[in-house]
Amino acid sequence: MYKYDQYDQTIVDARVEEFREQVGRRLSGELSEDQFKPLRLMNGLYLQLHAYMLRVAIPYGTLDSRQMRMLAHIARKYDRDYGHFTTRQNLQYNWIKLEDAPDILADLASVEMHAIQTSGNCIRNISSDQFAGAAADEVEDPRPWAELLRQWSTFHPEFSYLPRKFKIAVIASDQDRAAMRLHDIGLQVVRNNKGETGFKFYVGGGMGRTPIVAPLISEFVPATDLLSYTEACLRVYNRYGRRDNIYKARIKILLHEIGADEYRRQVEEEFAHVKTLGLDPPASEFERIAAHFAPPAWESGLPDTVDRSNVDFAQWVDQNVTAHKAPGYAVVTISLKPIDGIPGDASSAQIDLMADLAETYSFDELRVTHAQNIVLPNVRKADLLTMWQKLVDAKLADANIDLVTDIIACPGLDYCSLANARSIPVAQKIAARFADPARQRDIGELKLKISGCINACGHHHAGHIGILGVDRKGTENYQLLLGGSGAEDASLGKIAGPGFDEDGIVDAVERTIEKYRDLRQEGERFLDTYRRVGMDPFKEAIYG
Amino acid sequence: MVNALRFRDDSAHEEPAVTFETFLGQTNATAVRLEPGDDARELIPHLDRLALIEVSFPKFRDGRGYSAARILRESGYTGELRASGDILVDQILYLRRCGFDSFIADAELDEAAVDRALGRYGDVYQKAADGRSPVWALRHG
Repeated sequence: MYKYDQYDQTIVDARVEEFREQVGRRLSGELSEDQFKPLRLMNGLYLQLHAYMLRVAIPYGTLDSRQMRMLAHIARKYDRDYGHFTTRQNLQYNWIKLEDAPDILADLASVEMHAIQTSGNCIRNISSDQFAGAAADEVEDPRPWAELLRQWSTFHPEFSYLPRKFKIAVIASDQDRAAMRLHDIGLQVVRNNKGETGFKFYVGGGMGRTPIVAPLISEFVPATDLLSYTEACLRVYNRYGRRDNIYKARIKILLHEIGADEYRRQVEEEFAHVKTLGLDPPASEFERIAAHFAPPAWESGLPDTVDRSNVDFAQWVDQNVTAHKAPGYAVVTISLKPIDGIPGDASSAQIDLMADLAETYSFDELRVTHAQNIVLPNVRKADLLTMWQKLVDAKLADANIDLVTDIIACPGLDYCSLANARSIPVAQKIAARFADPARQRDIGELKLKISGCINACGHHHAGHIGILGVDRKGTENYQLLLGGSGAEDASLGKIAGPGFDEDGIVDAVERTIEKYRDLRQEGERFLDTYRRVGMDPFKEAIYG
Repeated sequence: MVNALRFRDDSAHEEPAVTFETFLGQTNATAVRLEPGDDARELIPHLDRLALIEVSFPKFRDGRGYSAARILRESGYTGELRASGDILVDQILYLRRCGFDSFIADAELDEAAVDRALGRYGDVYQKAADGRSPVWALRHG
C-alpha cells in the first residue's frame, strides 16, 4: 500500500499545525463558532447533538495494522473506547473534545493518516472497491489511480468552495462493489481495443433527497488525461452548479437541469483548454505510486481447499469468504453487524484484534467496506480456521455478510444533528427479528439499508429493502422502499406506501420478506423476484 | 490589522472598476468588477487593455471567483486581479494560488496571520495559476 514520502508527510504535518492554530484561535475567543465552522469542517470536525464528531479519512478504505492500532489508541485515549466505520470507508469518533482534536490529528499524522477534506464543500475522500488488488475480476488494481486523485484533490485551490460536497469513487471491475454510479464522479478503469488504460466517466450520481444513477459522460478518457478531464468536470460544476439552494447544489442537479449531453459538451470544451496547461503528471509518477500497490508475495503451491468439518466455520466461509485471484488465498470479510450491536461500530479491543489478524494473516493490510465491515484481503485458506476461532473469541465471527442482518445504518437521531429519526434501534430490532442464522441463509442475499433522514447517509435508496426515517408531526415515522441497488445493476428503490412506526416497520419488512419467499423462483434473490413481479404483490402483502 | 493587501510591485490602479455589463457596453474602461455569476471568459478579447479586474466574493462560501481567476490567468491576463468582499485569512492561500494578487476584505485581516498562512505549505500537490511546481514535478525533477 502507499507510503508517504517526505513531501506527503510535510504537507500532513503542516495541516496539523495549521489546525492547532485555528483551534487555539477558537478557544481564545478570537474566532466565533460561525467563523470557525468552515475551518473545522475542512478537517472533518462536526458539532453533533452531544459532542464533536471527528471523521478520519481512510483513503480508498485501505490501511495497515499500525494505522488500525492508532485508530484503537485514539478511541481509547480520547473517545469512549470505540469507533464507527462509515459508508464512505472512513472512521468516525463520536465523543471528541475540541481541545483534543489537534493532538488526535498529530497522532494520526504519525502513522500517515489525516482528516483532511472529510467534510466541507470540497472533494472528499476517494472511495474504491474493498477487494481491490485481490479480486479475480479486476482489470488492474484501481487504488493507484485513487491515490493519484487523492493527491491532486488535496488542498485543491480552485475546488475547496464548491457548491456542495463532491465524492469520487474508482473501481476496476464490471462488478461494482463500491456503489460507483451513486457518486458525483464514478470512474471505472477499462482497457480500449488497443490495450490502453483509460476510464469510463460517470458523472452526476448521488443519493440524498434527489437520488440519481450517474449517466455515462465519457466512454473512454485516456489515463494520461485523467486529472485534466476531472479538472474540467469540476470546473464546469464550480462555475455553473446551483448555489441558491443547498438542496439543489450537488452536481447531479446541474446535470439533471442542463442534461447529460450539454454537460458533456461543456466539459469537452473546458477540457480542450485545460489539457494545454500541463496538469497531468508524467507516467513516471503513476508508476511510482503503482509500485506501492504491487501484489504481496503470495506463496505458490498452497492447498486450495478448506476443511469444512466444523459446521459453524463452514457457514462462515460460505458467507464471509470470497474468491481471491491467487490460488490458495481467500478474501475475508469480518462482519461488524452482530445481532445486538450497532452497525459499523467496533471497540478498541476489536480494532486491535483485527490489526493483529491483518499483520499475522493478511500481509498487514485491511480494508473498510462501504457496507461498514472490515476486509482482510490476502488470507491463506490454510489459515482460515485458526483465524475464524480468534474472531469467534472476539465476537467478530457473525456469518451474515450480504444477508438481511448485514444492515447499513447511519448514526441517526442517536447522534446526528440532521436526523429526523433514529436508525440504530430499527436496525437492531430487524436484526433481532431475523437473528436465526438458518432463516437468514434461507432468505439469501438481501441488502437492507436505513437512513434516519432524507440525506440518505444510510444509502436507503440503494437498498434491496430501504428504510427512511422521517419526522411526521413530531413522531418518528419510517418509510419502506423496495428494489434499490448500489451494484453494477444500480437502481433506486421505490416507496411502497404509507410509513410505519418503529415496530410497524419491522413487521412490514418481515411481511415483505415472507412474500418474497412465497414468490421466488429457483435461484432468485429478493431483488430478482421484486424486479420480476413488481411492487404490487408486495404492497398487497404489506398493506393488504 | 488591514483591509487591503497587495502583492504587486507596480502602483495601484486609480480608475474605479465599472460593472461587467457597463464594461461590455463601452470600450474605454480599464478596470472592471465581476460578480459571481458573470462569465470571466467574456473578458478574454479585452484583456490587453485591462489593468484591474476585481472579483467580488459576497460570501466566502461562493467559490465561483476561484475559477474566474484561473480562467483569466490561463488566458494570459497579467494585470491586477483583486478579490474583494468576504475574504478571510484562511482563504488567502487558495486565492493566491488561483492568481489573485490583491485583496480588499470586508473585515480586517491580521497581516501576521496572513503571512503564516501563505508560508505554511512549502509544497503543493497540483498545478494552479501561481507557477508553483507540484510535488510530482519535484519528485521526477
